[in-house]
Amino acid sequence: HDFAFVPAFLAFATAAMLAVAVADLPVFGDVNAPIHNHVAPDYLQGSAEDIAIPNVVTSVLASYRGFDTLGETVVVFTAAIAVLLVLGGWTRRKGDGEDDNAR
Amino acid sequence: MQDDVVIRVIAKVMIPAVMLFALYVQFHGDYGPGGGFQAGVIFAAAFVLNAMIFGLNRGRHVWPAGLNLLAICAGVLLYGLTGIASILLGANYLDYDVLGATPQSGQHIGILLVEFGVGLTVASVMVALFFTFAGRLTHIRLMAKMQVHEEADQRKAKRQSESKKKRARK
Repeated sequence: HDFAFVPAFLAFATAAMLAVAVADLPVFGDVNAPIHNHVAPDYLQGSAEDIAIPNVVTSVLASYRGFDTLGETVVVFTAAIAVLLVLGGWTRRKGDGEDDNAR
Repeated sequence: MQDDVVIRVIAKVMIPAVMLFALYVQFHGDYGPGGGFQAGVIFAAAFVLNAMIFGLNRGRHVWPAGLNLLAICAGVLLYGLTGIASILLGANYLDYDVLGATPQSGQHIGILLVEFGVGLTVASVMVALFFTFAGRLTHIRLMAKMQVHEEADQRKAKRQSESKKKRARK
């Protein structure tokens, strides 16, 4: 096919752009990196008082970033629904016969 | 694998321990490493192990497909409804401060509910995926068998019609 090169081209182009972007990343573990100075200090300092649980990871995951986690749960949910729809025997055609094991 | 005594006995000992550990990871998530996602996968592993050792049909018997589908939806619903509850109590969506007497106890209750919802969904999704993919094997075998029978029937019908034609010519 004439367009067979397109996926490969897209993959290589994306890889090249990412490789260029890696050079711009802050040094690993840099305290002044933007990611450590945006909301992270607020979470780390506020967690003990706001949420009062010892595990900061849980307080960020379930409370500060509750919306994200709701989205993640919905992603898992959607994946299961998709798999069940495709493979779970819910879309059985007429005349395929009874097969309870497919579900 | 149900014929292997060692595997069977070890599995019987391990499955309750795995489930108990999953519950620990689930409800100790506030204090140590853990939470709904990890606990859900560990809990599902117990059911997967059970199905691997004692067979798919017995595995399906202990965790039926209808109940599983219900659990998948119930987890997401529990999460969403926790958010709705905080709206009804006069705060923003998923702001747990209003769920308890103090903001801190409200956060505790909210996180516990939300993590339980995540754990429920993840565990039942993992079980559903395993049973669905493992169930394909019997389905594929059945389809292959049906195809073989179908082809044999077709060949037979062809032969019969040909011999009929021959007889008609005579």
